[in-house]
Amino acid sequence: MSSLISRPWLWAWLASAVVFALSVALSGAGQAGGLLYAALSFGAFAAIVGIGQMLVVTLGPGNIDLSIPAAMTLSGTLALKAMGGEPGTALLGLGVALLVGMGVGGVNFALIRLLRLPPIIATLAASLIYQSLAIWSNRGLRIKPPVALADFATGRSLGIPNVALIAIVLAIVVWVLLERGVWGRWLLATGQNARAARLAGVPVESVRAGAYLSVAVLAAVSGYLLASFSGGAALNMGQQYLLLSIAVVVIGGTSIAGGFSNVPGLWGAALFMFLVVSMLNAYGFDAGARMMLTGVIIIAIVIAANARRSRS
Amino acid sequence: MNKQLAINKRLAMKKRWVSPRILLPLVSFSVLLIATFALQERAMSYLGLNLLFNLTVPIALATIGQLLVIMVNDIDLSVGAFVSLVACIAATVLVQHPWLGCLILAALVLAYAVIGALIHKLRLPAIVVTLGMSFIWDGLALLILPAPGGTAPTWLRALMTVKPPLVPMAVAAAVLIGLASHLLIIRSGIGTVLRGLGGNVRSVTRAGWNDTLLFALAYGLAGLFGVLAGLTLVGLYTSAGANVASSYTLLTIAGVILGGGEFVGGKVSPIGAVLGALTLSLAGSLLAFMHLSPDWQIGAQGAVLIAVLAARLLFNRHGASSNAIAQEATA
Repeated sequence: MSSLISRPWLWAWLASAVVFALSVALSGAGQAGGLLYAALSFGAFAAIVGIGQMLVVTLGPGNIDLSIPAAMTLSGTLALKAMGGEPGTALLGLGVALLVGMGVGGVNFALIRLLRLPPIIATLAASLIYQSLAIWSNRGLRIKPPVALADFATGRSLGIPNVALIAIVLAIVVWVLLERGVWGRWLLATGQNARAARLAGVPVESVRAGAYLSVAVLAAVSGYLLASFSGGAALNMGQQYLLLSIAVVVIGGTSIAGGFSNVPGLWGAALFMFLVVSMLNAYGFDAGARMMLTGVIIIAIVIAANARRSRS
Repeated sequence: MNKQLAINKRLAMKKRWVSPRILLPLVSFSVLLIATFALQERAMSYLGLNLLFNLTVPIALATIGQLLVIMVNDIDLSVGAFVSLVACIAATVLVQHPWLGCLILAALVLAYAVIGALIHKLRLPAIVVTLGMSFIWDGLALLILPAPGGTAPTWLRALMTVKPPLVPMAVAAAVLIGLASHLLIIRSGIGTVLRGLGGNVRSVTRAGWNDTLLFALAYGLAGLFGVLAGLTLVGLYTSAGANVASSYTLLTIAGVILGGGEFVGGKVSPIGAVLGALTLSLAGSLLAFMHLSPDWQIGAQGAVLIAVLAARLLFNRHGASSNAIAQEATA
């Protein structure tokens, strides 16, 4: 029992369950299915970028990717432009998005490695350039995604939103990779002590490169899906995902100091972040109060998680 | 003993009249300024300089606030939201009920100090706590001013449109901010202790200081500079909104690093940070003078940031060699 309680992922799921119960208590049991469906849809985007941010944060202190919103916007914009709304181009769009992700990740890591910039500043500076690229290529553009792709992004299989299925599969792949794969163990070792890992023969720089490439590719995929989901790319489409990606990583029980990832907790946190806003909405709080309470909850969770860690 | 003497001598020779930390920000700023003047000589006038730099005044103040937090090895992701909130208060409450407005602003500075103490006392990650705070500041700003609007207090408007003789307001303000923060952070006793906090907290506490109070002081000062940034912003824009300064979070971090600051060790330069803020805004306006599309305005800031930091790599080679000497000494 105590081993269950000490599982960091439990808390994010518990918090989501409480918030879910509180919203259903107000709106009636009939709304439960719809709420869960919406939480899975919107949580999926936060979960995908969160997984990427988690991999980078696991690398250790100072590692973070601030270019996620710009990468999402750039990939969504370029993918929609490449597809041009023509039917049967969904895979082409995905290919463009993946290329954008690889490019963004490659540039970010090159800046970090070759110019020895702190990751915060490297991804920040590069994101300004990606943002300009997106503005430039998006100018006056109003392209809708191909109908089939839009239907897929907003559709469901087995009662679960397709975007959520993709996010769940990605989460499972990363989870297995971290728990069972060599690269995952290398990543955790690097985050716990980079020097020790290097001396033990871990190719630390390749591990770092892999993490920065992964976060950018995941952000690009998320941008592609989000643009298809919401019927077009917008320049501010990625905006809220910078804070959201960091928040889900931390609330999900991943250590901000690095070396410890938590994939199940991350999905719980992604659901929680959506459910908490919709609960406050249901209870009639306006936008300002909703944001304030979200902030209070984030800080409260960090304090609680910290107290738990220092006790154990 | 002889070895120690020789090392000291070599270290002394490395010391120049101007610290290398400030040299690169100074050079990069000068290069951009000369380029701007070459492209548009009318910028080289009283009015031109004011137009170039007046929007930089609030950014420079906010950058000093960010610098104070980075100085103690933390990072503040809530600067943008905080400055927006202050602007919203200044454009509404401060106009209608000046005393209440002042009281709220003082309470905000106090809140910053409390957050600093809390982060340190409970060993919380600053990046996440300030992230949470940014939601709170944003929410408060929306409560106070749901839609952009409001009016600037007349005294603030008068202050920001003052026309001093010889140099325009923006330049005078930048010099003033740079010098005042230099005196506070580099020259004053308490500033040195605060920088020591970023270097080694334990040695500061061993010297008899209360570390929690010092962290509160550093964050409180950061809050004070944030308040000043919000006030000057309203004085310039004459109205406010909940998102008016949201770009400041990233701009201020960039400014501090561009100005020669480092994320760890309390190694910062206030004058460099002010120059960094000026450089970033110049990078944006330079494009307009080159008749390039405004689409690339933000991108130019990123490119300048990368270029300057790449140049810093060369400077650091020098720094690295003097570090090596110091390491030799401690070994």
